[in-house]
Amino acid sequence: MKKVFGRPVSLTDVPFTYCPGCHHGIAHRLVAEVLDEFGVRENTIGVCPVGCSVFAYLFFNCDMVCAAHGRAPAIATGIKRSRPDSIVFTYQGDGDLASIGTAEIVHAANRGENITVIFINNAIYGMTGGQMAPTTLAGQITQTSPYGRDPKTMGYPIRVSEMLSTLKGATYISRVALNKPANIIKAKKSIKKAFQVQLDRKGFSLVEILSSCPTNWGLSPVEASKWVEENMIPYYPLGEFRVPEEVA
Amino acid sequence: MAKIVIDEERCKGCELCLTACPKHIITMSDNFNKKGYHPAKQINPEECSGCAFCAITCPDVAIEVFK
Repeated sequence: MKKVFGRPVSLTDVPFTYCPGCHHGIAHRLVAEVLDEFGVRENTIGVCPVGCSVFAYLFFNCDMVCAAHGRAPAIATGIKRSRPDSIVFTYQGDGDLASIGTAEIVHAANRGENITVIFINNAIYGMTGGQMAPTTLAGQITQTSPYGRDPKTMGYPIRVSEMLSTLKGATYISRVALNKPANIIKAKKSIKKAFQVQLDRKGFSLVEILSSCPTNWGLSPVEASKWVEENMIPYYPLGEFRVPEEVA
Repeated sequence: MAKIVIDEERCKGCELCLTACPKHIITMSDNFNKKGYHPAKQINPEECSGCAFCAITCPDVAIEVFK
């Protein structure tokens, strides 16, 4: 019997610190598998955010840097410009990328920095205990929107992929989900394309991953995956928003 | 002939693999692991087709698939 599925080399043996059923682990594995498949692990530098995935440097078996809150694209810019032959990716949540780090991500995309951004959108702040994020859906109950998010006073959820895809500098932008095996397989293909864009030096690539946060949503992991399907995907449609012809 | 190996100590009992398995041959163990979770376990291993849906769904990369 041959092993057909196992832990990728680009992940360390450290068990994830995420809650049961959190999709962060799946996203980590997909990124690690792509690094393995391209054979670039030894030449990769990742930038972790602030948030639940702040400990990503323990889990990825490549060089990692931890950025100040929201500043991962700025740090990745510096790394990539000084080491253009390295593969540089950031791994950021929605509180990090879409709130405090909005300026950094918009301008990194607009400059067409040759980096790959893995953006986890779970519609809530995870590590700090479930506060409202810019991506929180209208009507969604969180610690800081106990009566549900009211767009009249709290604004509408930001569609980051659509917003960034209007920028000329962005080369590859897509949105995927991890709520079922079919979507996980598609997500991996998309992450692979994003890294391919960077390997080909074509410019900025971002994959937005709709992901669950069972603990802060107050749902079981199985219910949370259903919630992604029923509530998040209708507002955050899956698909590719910017694709260079060569990898389409 | 295929088989899966579940690392019980990595498993956090989230049950996502149960819903992913098209043959419905994964269930939760009555025992606890060191973390205090009920780990997943396979029943009727002879029915396993090695599709790896459980493994790709597992957020803790606790499942290996052999074929």
